[in-house]
Amino acid sequence: MATLRFRHASALPGFGLALGYTLFYLGLVVLLPLAALVMQAAGLGPRGIWAVATEPRVVAALRISFGLAFAAALVDCLFGLLIAWVLTRYAFPGRKLIDAAVDLPFALPTAVAGIALATLYAPNEWIGALLAPYGIKVAFTPAGIFVALVFVALPFTVRTVQPLIIEIDRSIEEASATLGAGRWQTVRRVILPMLAPAMLTGFALAFARAVSEYGSVIFIAGNLPYVSEIAPVLIVIKLEEYNYPGATAIAVIMLALAFCILLAINLLQAWSRRRFGHA
Amino acid sequence: MPDVLVRPRNVSSATTERAVVRALLIALALAFLALFLILPVVVVFAEALRKGVAAYFATFGDPDAQAAIGLTLTVVAIAVPLNMVFGIAASWAIAKFEFVGKNLLITLIDLPFSISPVVSGLIYVLLFGAQGYFGPWLKSHGIEIIFALPGIVLATMFVTFPFVARELIPLMEEQGNSDEEAALTLGASGLRAFLTVTLPNIRWGLLYGVLLCNARAMGEFGAVAVVSGHVRGFTNTMPLHVEILYNEYNFAAAFAMASLLTLLALVTLAAKTLLEMHYGEALARTPRV
Repeated sequence: MATLRFRHASALPGFGLALGYTLFYLGLVVLLPLAALVMQAAGLGPRGIWAVATEPRVVAALRISFGLAFAAALVDCLFGLLIAWVLTRYAFPGRKLIDAAVDLPFALPTAVAGIALATLYAPNEWIGALLAPYGIKVAFTPAGIFVALVFVALPFTVRTVQPLIIEIDRSIEEASATLGAGRWQTVRRVILPMLAPAMLTGFALAFARAVSEYGSVIFIAGNLPYVSEIAPVLIVIKLEEYNYPGATAIAVIMLALAFCILLAINLLQAWSRRRFGHA
Repeated sequence: MPDVLVRPRNVSSATTERAVVRALLIALALAFLALFLILPVVVVFAEALRKGVAAYFATFGDPDAQAAIGLTLTVVAIAVPLNMVFGIAASWAIAKFEFVGKNLLITLIDLPFSISPVVSGLIYVLLFGAQGYFGPWLKSHGIEIIFALPGIVLATMFVTFPFVARELIPLMEEQGNSDEEAALTLGASGLRAFLTVTLPNIRWGLLYGVLLCNARAMGEFGAVAVVSGHVRGFTNTMPLHVEILYNEYNFAAAFAMASLLTLLALVTLAAKTLLEMHYGEALARTPRV
């Protein structure tokens, strides 16, 4: 009987060196700086963090950040499903090219996306000029933030749902049709429940990305306190004032809130997996 | 096609939508993608070339623009190889061996992906900034990290930290240990087995990871903005220079610089797609989101 050991025997060499270097580099680049954040937060204490969390400007920024990220993730979830469905199920010219283009927000630097969107939606430019006669303003309003967040988070929802649509066993759809279900009934009662857990995962990833986004938002937002100022912008402002405790407090609140929401989504996902019985 | 297989027109297939619905859904999806993905890219090039090709190229003659390009290349030349070596070491330890705490280690490696870019910069300021934990010590020894090259490199390393490891760990796990074990049995040294067996096996996956790592490293904005201090000609990377030019209403120059970064993104996407098409079986099978 083997005793409990740190690692199992292996014929391959280099474990000590590889793991040692991995831990060293991880510690230096990731863990040490994160420890600084934890120490700074511990120094503030719950009361210090709460004091920052209840500043009206911080409350407003958090509400804007989380509310718009939620809305953007929701829209991306719906359109992500639509795009993934169209890309996997229908044949049309340019499908492969469009499929590759979905990853564009991953590859395009956020600052570039930011100035491009700001220019598109500015009142006297491209789309902004079309909307202006109807009194719709996008750039330099919360709507602009929403547009930027929809852009950056879209690939997450498409790419989580797409593999599952590919995997769906077509014979299940045929069975449903044989049993007399109309197409819409099959989609609603057979296909969508199978995709629900993946859509939740996609939503969670999109939401997490949208909440933390900075580069693509700041150009189009206008960054007006209480109106269109997101939490990451407030962190940067506090840092520029050398207010390290204030910046840390907002960062910690954001991390905690995001963690709670993602935990809730994970629980919901576990529930839907049990309910609908599909990975 | 034989006649028997031709469906009567008025009976629709049971496992797809009616043609009208299909066309509508395709149109809706394409309209959304055109509005949100394609148009921003078109805008970048249209705005960059608004004053003509000559004016476009003239913007790159500016010493500050050249300094920004040089700085970005310098940062990438340091950060990407370091993360590549780390990714290879981490995936060798994690994929080829069984040990206690492996899942925790994988979670910790993925951590930087779930941290806001701004917070990624903030943590280095807390360590090395003027009022940070090591700030006074660094100052008395004349070492500059924040608002200087080392800070920019560190922040870039942090945000691109998981890219190579995330691609290589599942790939090496799928490939198993038997190739390397055979090489060792035949008398190869460990290093030789790694260089002549493992490395060729993972080369396309490695290239894939490095490609994504490089794209993010060149384009990172939030984390670098926090640690850079925006000193023109010294600590301005390409994305930061885009911001400065844009905020000065120098739109043509801002979009010219942005067009370089957009080209980089398009080349990265094209290379990534080609790798997936031609060497799909030599890449990790797990979905990469």
